[in-house]
Amino acid sequence: MRLIPKDVESLWTLFTAPTIWALHFLVCYVTAAVFCAKAGAPPFSFEAMRLALCAVTLVALSGIVLSAYLAWRQWGFGSGDPPHDEPTRKDRLLFQGFATLLLAGLSFVAVIFVAVPLAFIEACQP
Amino acid sequence: MPLSGCTGVQSALDPAGEEAAAIYRLLLVMVVGGTLIWCAVVGLLLHASQRRNAPWSERTAGRLIVWGGVAFPLVVLLALLAYAVWLMPSIRPWLARHAPAPETIEVTGEQFWWRIRYPARDGLPAFETANELRLLVGERVAFSLKAADVIHSFWIPVLGGKMDMIPGRTNTLSLSPTKTGIFRAPCTEFCGTSHTLMAFSVIVMEPADYIAWRRAQAAGDVPGGGEGEQLFARHGCAGCHGVRGVTGPATLGPDLTFFGQRQTVGAGTLANTKENVARFIRDPAAWKPGAKMPAFDMLPSKDIAAISDYLVGLK
Repeated sequence: MRLIPKDVESLWTLFTAPTIWALHFLVCYVTAAVFCAKAGAPPFSFEAMRLALCAVTLVALSGIVLSAYLAWRQWGFGSGDPPHDEPTRKDRLLFQGFATLLLAGLSFVAVIFVAVPLAFIEACQP
Repeated sequence: MPLSGCTGVQSALDPAGEEAAAIYRLLLVMVVGGTLIWCAVVGLLLHASQRRNAPWSERTAGRLIVWGGVAFPLVVLLALLAYAVWLMPSIRPWLARHAPAPETIEVTGEQFWWRIRYPARDGLPAFETANELRLLVGERVAFSLKAADVIHSFWIPVLGGKMDMIPGRTNTLSLSPTKTGIFRAPCTEFCGTSHTLMAFSVIVMEPADYIAWRRAQAAGDVPGGGEGEQLFARHGCAGCHGVRGVTGPATLGPDLTFFGQRQTVGAGTLANTKENVARFIRDPAAWKPGAKMPAFDMLPSKDIAAISDYLVGLK
């Protein structure tokens, strides 16, 4: 049995990357907010939180890359050019693959933009 | 001449503090960058609208879209975002990054004036004043910002960004003035009918002048026993307004110690002249709608004139 089926005909594949983007956004902001609201009390340091969020960012980016790879594969590695607008199963699959690939690209960039402050943030403001 | 609006006592485009200078730098980068991008986009638009014999090949057009529509905005936005985030600590320095400021001045927004409390420092006692903030040039100062009634906002445009004053909360802000001068700071959160008439003066001073001013403020005015001083007490002014060294402590209204040194009457409402002080005493609401001070138009004109003379003479 394949771990990841060859053709996944579900809209969920389309949403995977944006969902990872949304979760990453929430994790970053909620963690920083909770940490700073409890400043002084948390059992770990600010640097530890920053590193943890960097790790979360890497995991999120890997997830998006994986989603992009599956989409690339579904799109046939660029074998056919868009627009895939024929009313056939093949075109539907190609269209979905191409759309997923574009969404994965957008989500990848968005996750990096969300993570930029991690490079500069130094402390919670009182 | 068209640029005269960019300078002056209340212009963020004429910075006199480190934080305002950082904000100004950010503005310049954004304006110049935005202008260049706008020119490029309009240039492309004009280019595209020109009639030509052969359209661009699909390959060239695709390349333009990928580089101009994807790569360029990505890199520029990432650079601007990184620059703005990197600049943030110098726009809004949090005290943990710096050595603690030598003094923390407490400023409370009230409808429609500013209560200002200086802490004790270098053997000089703490004191309260109103509507006029004096700072030492070249020294970082911290503010603890509060509100007594509704939300106000503290903003000295020439020194830095603004910070809200929220009832039940204390916000901290740190500024570092780099130039001496007299500046104006308006309330920047709508707080009621006289919101636009709520401002304070900021005077950035040399160290010797500042120390002399603080010493004088802490000591207070010297009672002279004049007619105006007696009327000030007799008509009940001293029930709300304190004049250190002369009256008892009264904190309901703005402190009036050394009132004659201030730039304005009624927290930035009128210029500080005898005539304006008399007008304000007679009917504060006529000049400042919603002001809590009642009208004193029942007092004889000569008494009002004597009190105005006295207040303007407190120097």
